[in-house]
Amino acid sequence: MDISFERAADHTVLIRLGGNWNISGGLASTDEFERGLQTEPLPAQILFDAGKLGDWDSSLLAFLAKLTNLCAQKSIPVVRQGLPEGVIRLLELAAAVPEKKDAHKDRQKSRFLTEVGEDVLFAGRSVGEMLAFIGEASLAFCKVIRGKARFRRSDLFLLIQECGVQALPIVSLISLLVGLILAFVGAIQLKMFGAQIYVADLVGIAMAREMGAMMTAIVMAGRTGAAFAAQLGTMEVNEEIDALKTLGISPMEFLVMPRMVALVLMLPLLCLYSNFMGILGGGLVGVGLLDISPIHYFQETKAALSLMQFVPGLIKAVVFGVMVALSGCLRGMQCKRSASAVGEAATSAVVTAIVAIIVSDAILTVIFDRIGI
Amino acid sequence: MGRVFTDEACIEVRDLTMAYGSFVIQRDLTFTVKRGDIFIIMGGSGCGKSTLLRNMVGLRAPAGGHVLYGGVSFWDLGPDEKKAIMRRFGILYQSGALWSSMTLAENVALPLGEYTRLGQAEIRELVSFKLALVGLAGFEDFYPSQISGGMCKRAGIARAIALDPDILFFDEPSAGLDPISARRLDELIVELRDSLGATVVVVTHELPSIFAIGNNSVFLDAETGTMLAVGDPKKLLAESRDPKIRSFLTRGQS
Repeated sequence: MDISFERAADHTVLIRLGGNWNISGGLASTDEFERGLQTEPLPAQILFDAGKLGDWDSSLLAFLAKLTNLCAQKSIPVVRQGLPEGVIRLLELAAAVPEKKDAHKDRQKSRFLTEVGEDVLFAGRSVGEMLAFIGEASLAFCKVIRGKARFRRSDLFLLIQECGVQALPIVSLISLLVGLILAFVGAIQLKMFGAQIYVADLVGIAMAREMGAMMTAIVMAGRTGAAFAAQLGTMEVNEEIDALKTLGISPMEFLVMPRMVALVLMLPLLCLYSNFMGILGGGLVGVGLLDISPIHYFQETKAALSLMQFVPGLIKAVVFGVMVALSGCLRGMQCKRSASAVGEAATSAVVTAIVAIIVSDAILTVIFDRIGI
Repeated sequence: MGRVFTDEACIEVRDLTMAYGSFVIQRDLTFTVKRGDIFIIMGGSGCGKSTLLRNMVGLRAPAGGHVLYGGVSFWDLGPDEKKAIMRRFGILYQSGALWSSMTLAENVALPLGEYTRLGQAEIRELVSFKLALVGLAGFEDFYPSQISGGMCKRAGIARAIALDPDILFFDEPSAGLDPISARRLDELIVELRDSLGATVVVVTHELPSIFAIGNNSVFLDAETGTMLAVGDPKKLLAESRDPKIRSFLTRGQS
């Protein structure tokens, strides 16, 4: 990659190009040439000598294109004759369609207030969209209850299997560990009073009223909510949802309802299962570390947990099921038409679901406290 | 069944304007598709061909103007009346848009199950027949991911003609197909028009298809944002003086 500039007496600049030009060696800089342009008088014209030029690739072309642009700005004629024929043709090809000036994205930074305003409008719109989606989903759900909704039974059973049975291993693991953790935390405090046996009460009540439902819902948000969003998003990208709409089949009934029904049915069951796994985890700590006999632990748990203690957890599980299904489907249906949009939809579905779970959990806990269950 | 050629207007588009937000893509589109036409919507990439199709099939409301089916303005109708008109459409989407969680047979069977009172066995029989029509006999139990792109398109056609539609819409049918498959698809389109007596609207920019099957067309231009010509593409090639149309129809050679 050799370049040298020669200025003749009549201000013609001859550029000698030599050696091999390879893109892996980096691009040649035009700085020296630009400095040359600073000095008066400007070159009368630019000539090339490529006699010693070896192999070349786009690095040479990029260099020449930049040089030509610089010269065009100062209206200095560039004579390409001395260049290899291939180079001349490619440079002509690049110049064949003139640059579209307004095609460059406007990189101008918008003002702070404009951005805040636009964000507020966007937030308002998305709240509107969300409400519209919830409204439509409610209407469709009424149809499901009246048995008039149109979806394939086989889809529903597949979904029930997917978000019921297939979620058991991970729900088992998480619940067992949560029960274990709760027992550890409780044991340290209760040991100070010699009241280790109350670990059973603590774990039992915490799992049944709160942690069982919440942990199951969060696992399902990450596992199933994201899957719903990705499935529906891909269907949107692939025009499958359009194909349903033009057939007069409501995607809300055909796609969203089976998913919602499956989750609403399965989440309470998973939650119940999670409660038992959690109690089992607590029992392991109680029996293994606190020297409570298994029977004693069981008796204590049984005494602490009346059936009523399970009601708040189960109600929460139903509500969380709706939240996870709605946010997964909402984000999926809102998906734009690109592969990256599907990823965003899945992420956003999980975030929306978890926020919805925690917020509704807080509200429900206060309500249950007020009405005393 | 012979060719059904009458001059009856099947679809009329009047003063249609399409826009994304405040960005107008096409304005003042006015043309008529007659019964039995194979009507081509052509134009360069990004001129709004597919958007026009989405406006015509009821997926996207236009920013202004009307789309009339049998003299009735589609976008002024209530949801149920819209659905009734849309039931007469068969649409082939650009990617085929087969429902990926269902087999080919289930894909074709879904519209039949929704809108007819046929029993399972009868539907199964009809489905096999429709798949055989598009050359996919024996592929009933394959999933869309297990067959090639060209086969997906043909399966998409089988689904589009499941309910014997009056109007068939094709969005870029030959995009991504090899020349021979593309030509077979063209022949299939003409055959469907002739035998079903359907009206066909095709969005495409494949010149061989345009000249082979089109007997009427509209040319959309991205730069001016409106249509430049309506008529038989062969006549446009012979008679049009507009440099943009000439250059498009001759691959930029005149």
